[in-house]
Amino acid sequence: MEFLNNHLLSLILFTPTIAALILLFLPSKEFALLRWSALSASLIPLGLTIYLWNSFVPDQAGFQFQESYLWYEAIHSTFHLGVDGISLSMVLLTTLLTPLALLASFKITDKVKAYFILFLLLETGMLGVFLALDLLIFFVFWEIGLVPMYFLINQWGSANREYASLKFIIYTMGGSLGLLLGIQMLGVLFGTYDLLALYQRWNALDSGSLLLGLPVHTVKTIAFWAFVIAFAVKVPIWPFHTWLPDAHTEAPTAGSMLLAGVLLKLGAYGFIRLVLPFYPLESKVFAGALAFLAVAAIVFGALSSYAQTDFKRLVAYSSVNHMGFVVLGVAAAGLSAGTTDAHLALNGAVLQMFNHGLSSAGMFFLVGVIYERTHTRNLNEYGGLFPLAPIYGGILIFTSMASLGLPGLNGFISEFLIVRGSYPVLTGYTAISMLGLFFTGAYILKGLRDVLQGPLNERWAHGEHKFTDVNLREILVMTPLMILMLVIGVAPAWILDVINKAVVALF
Amino acid sequence: MTTELLIWLIPLPPALAFFLITLVTNKNKALSHSLAIGAALLSWLAAMIVFFRAIRVEHFGERPFASSINWFPTGATWFKIGVLIDPLSALVLFFVAWCVLMIFLYSVGYHNFGQPQGAHDRAGLPPHGALQHGHAVPSVEPLYSRFFAFISLFAFGMLTLVVSDNVLIMFVGWEIMGLCSYLLIGFWYGKDSAKNAAIKAFLTTRIGDVFMLLGIAYLYSAAQTLSFREIFSEQVLHTLAIIPSGVFGLSAAGLIGLLLFIGTIGKSAQFPLHVWLPDAMEGPTPVSAMIHAATMVSAGVYAVLRMFPLISLDEKTMFIIALIGGFTALFAATIAIAQNDIKRVLAYSTISQLGFMIAALGIGAYVAAAFHLVTHAFFKALLFLGSGSVIHGMEHGVLHTNNHALDPQDMFNMGGLKNKMPITFWTFLIGGFALSGFPLVTAGFWSKDEIFAEAWSRGHLIVFSVLAFAAFLTAFYTMRQITLTFLGEARTEEAKHAHETRWTMTTPLIVLSVFAVTFGWLGIPEHFPLLGGILPNWFHEFIGGTLAHHPEAAEFSPIPLIVSLIVALGGLALGYFAYRHVKTPQEDKLQLNFLKNKYYIDELYEAVLIKPANWLAENIVYKLMDMTLINGFLHLFGPSTKGVGSVIRNYFDIPIINKFFGDGSADLTYWFGGKLTRTQTGKIQQYLLYSLIAIFVIGGLAYWLLLA
Repeated sequence: MEFLNNHLLSLILFTPTIAALILLFLPSKEFALLRWSALSASLIPLGLTIYLWNSFVPDQAGFQFQESYLWYEAIHSTFHLGVDGISLSMVLLTTLLTPLALLASFKITDKVKAYFILFLLLETGMLGVFLALDLLIFFVFWEIGLVPMYFLINQWGSANREYASLKFIIYTMGGSLGLLLGIQMLGVLFGTYDLLALYQRWNALDSGSLLLGLPVHTVKTIAFWAFVIAFAVKVPIWPFHTWLPDAHTEAPTAGSMLLAGVLLKLGAYGFIRLVLPFYPLESKVFAGALAFLAVAAIVFGALSSYAQTDFKRLVAYSSVNHMGFVVLGVAAAGLSAGTTDAHLALNGAVLQMFNHGLSSAGMFFLVGVIYERTHTRNLNEYGGLFPLAPIYGGILIFTSMASLGLPGLNGFISEFLIVRGSYPVLTGYTAISMLGLFFTGAYILKGLRDVLQGPLNERWAHGEHKFTDVNLREILVMTPLMILMLVIGVAPAWILDVINKAVVALF
Repeated sequence: MTTELLIWLIPLPPALAFFLITLVTNKNKALSHSLAIGAALLSWLAAMIVFFRAIRVEHFGERPFASSINWFPTGATWFKIGVLIDPLSALVLFFVAWCVLMIFLYSVGYHNFGQPQGAHDRAGLPPHGALQHGHAVPSVEPLYSRFFAFISLFAFGMLTLVVSDNVLIMFVGWEIMGLCSYLLIGFWYGKDSAKNAAIKAFLTTRIGDVFMLLGIAYLYSAAQTLSFREIFSEQVLHTLAIIPSGVFGLSAAGLIGLLLFIGTIGKSAQFPLHVWLPDAMEGPTPVSAMIHAATMVSAGVYAVLRMFPLISLDEKTMFIIALIGGFTALFAATIAIAQNDIKRVLAYSTISQLGFMIAALGIGAYVAAAFHLVTHAFFKALLFLGSGSVIHGMEHGVLHTNNHALDPQDMFNMGGLKNKMPITFWTFLIGGFALSGFPLVTAGFWSKDEIFAEAWSRGHLIVFSVLAFAAFLTAFYTMRQITLTFLGEARTEEAKHAHETRWTMTTPLIVLSVFAVTFGWLGIPEHFPLLGGILPNWFHEFIGGTLAHHPEAAEFSPIPLIVSLIVALGGLALGYFAYRHVKTPQEDKLQLNFLKNKYYIDELYEAVLIKPANWLAENIVYKLMDMTLINGFLHLFGPSTKGVGSVIRNYFDIPIINKFFGDGSADLTYWFGGKLTRTQTGKIQQYLLYSLIAIFVIGGLAYWLLLA
């Protein structure tokens, strides 16, 4: 028990890697064995996270369960882990979605072993970003996550996968070059990469000149944008978003689930963990610009989604729309730091990250279910499938409504908090974002209409193409997601309280 | 059980019924409807207990039933949610509970419970009828259980809205109803018309909803609370009234009120967002009764009533409300006179009557609006259910003649149903007379009269005349409807074979018709000639208590009363005499194209809003912006990187690195090696000589480096 408590975060972080190593030695032809081993291994981090959640003390400010190991002594980088309420909720999201994504992958028959190993490595990569308290470690995991995802898209994706995977990896890596430079600069300036130390020392620095004799404010402004661009590509914020529809659409179903469910959150997490604390002044000065991009993402994302005829692309664009609200919340928090408005906006933003993780993973899975049966993603080729698959239809309506932000389900709480938090400080932008909220309704209903409603398309009613309802495994993937969507919508306090206390302590 | 706990429990049974039917009993029709009706009955019972406890409390408005709990943290404090029953919500709870229960019961008969399955019936399409012993008989709805699940969820939404003590949960109930109205209008989703109507309803009301959400956000940040009781404290109201909003010269209260009111425009189908409601008649008739008469559209008016202390702070907002209400009342009434579908007449009538209430609120007639809200809910639910009964009777005739091309909802196919369907006729007549404001006996008369009296005594002569004319049209089209449907001779074979419906459908009609008459007696003005003062004006006293300042009853004046009598009786008489002998639509002088096409507003929206929005989304935002500009820019990187690469390769790597350094050093070595071979002569003496030279050179170097 003692060992468990002292090494809890490392265990959560590296269990998937160890599992991946074990998988390496299992026979490649035993698909069932590989699937079940990967799935059961991924349940360990989930169990540990639930234990972590229960042992976590929300009232205690600062990071908990910290672990620190010597890592790269020459440049003073330590392997420093820790969680607060914000990262804790992201860790829960990651460890929850990974088993579901693995369960969703049971139909994969091509290179099964490699597939599951990559997924487990991906989990470690994602968790590392959320757990890291050292900038260098943060960056290492940030980049590590890209590699498995690149191969997942490139090897198991659909027709246009080469283009999509290349665009994904080049764009994200290109975007993070500035981040790397920024991190190096901090490391050189202060002789440490430790987040907690840097919070203090970097913010204490507000006059004089730095490198090459540039004034501090210029350096900070440049570094601010370097950070922002890296995270903006990942979130993604308009106009850095066009890699997303391609990557999401071409990735295998489970890949899209994690891509939308967790990977996008890395960018938003970067904003909250690094940009806001490191650049309070710049966040205030440039809040308007950030809000503009966020609102552009909200409105244009919704409109682009509405314009799609490919179901998966429609869902992909919905991420641009929904993540825009996260960034709007971040912008509002930057502008009004220290006030209740900022707390509400950030609470909303973090909860929106969690909620979008649930609903987008659910939506991508449901698109995958229908694609598996019909081998088409073209909305015009479905039609009237509701009578053939009433359970699927019910689940699709439920998940779509969560995604739409229907009150009573999770998305509403977070969107309301963001709108409430940003209204007093970014009134105009908030008002325009309502246009996006309206079109969210339009594209969601468009999807439902083309899939479920209308006269039955006879092609799916009989014979070899007969559309069958969801099976037990597919229901099992959706059940935890739907329960959480409802629970957060009805009684959000259990998660918001954890987030709220961290937000109040930090900002 | 304490009253507060009971109030918390009111919305829960239907929610539970929804989950149980969806997850467990959906295969069993009897169990499903028993669950739904049982749940509705429990909610009804709780609501009645709460209502009768409420009316026994003296000065109830000052001491309402309220309790709240923490919901989620907001920085240092908590957002609280709770229940509140004050006079207004007690009354709304009363009629909602009754209407819901009646509509649930009615649905059993309407969906042909107990009838056989139709051989050609399909989920998502209305049942076509089945053969039984060689006779065509109505067949049971294929998605019978699902219907009860949806209406249960709907009832949950409405009850939640009513008992909520804050704007946010009111909005939650509001939106849950919006979802259910989408699901129920599109209940027969296999029909394109139903599918489109469902989407239209959802999106049109969503326009209002996003404004409302913005209003809620504004209210929350300006007042720091969303609880009704806290907002309506003197201090908060005063603050909201004096802060300017910076928009159109409105105060904060005015802008918040306006934003919230836009939500009502959507939900209560006021102009210009009224277009969804007539199309929503695609849903099964109990749905129309529930959504479009008794509950959901009432919710919009309820929201304005609820927020009245706030909204009434700004005159400009009140003016807009009166304007929209008055215009809608008249505008929808003119369309109603040219409709031939029995349900569409009622749909436009609903829009128009809601306009009456909104106009009344706009001129500050709080009590009159609330009164009309309640009476309208009863008589309009009655009329919708009655029209469903008529349609059902006509479908009976259709099954008899097997002529499925006939539209059983077209009033010109009816006629003479009075004798075939007596219960339906008499109850429909009561409902129709209540709608027309038939003097003294009907509830509609008293509530409408109060609106006239208020408009007159407050000096709003324009509103008064507009509403009076609308009331005249109302009486006219109602009598037209009754005449065409029930009176005269049957105009088709089907109408001759129409049949009275079963007890599950007629009982609700009878119960609602009792309310459509008697409820008006609770609000007879004190100084009304002869009748005034016999019964105390209980309604005014009770509802007035909701407001901090008890509103004065309008002073009695004979003019509004006379106008009210003339328009009601005149409209009814004209409607009867004009349509007594009309046989076909061609003989109907009022079938004007611009009325039949509802002033072409749908076409206008299609051309001005929907098509451009689609075009913008597809061509500008997606194709031009994302695919062409942004991706085009990104794609420059591929070739340009390649270009830079090939420049480096062709002009640096190949000539300089490869040719000069790489190949060059090899060539040099080769050349040097060639020269050196000449020293390899094979003569020992020569080699010894080289060695000697080497020793001298190395020795000399060593000496120079180490010792010197």
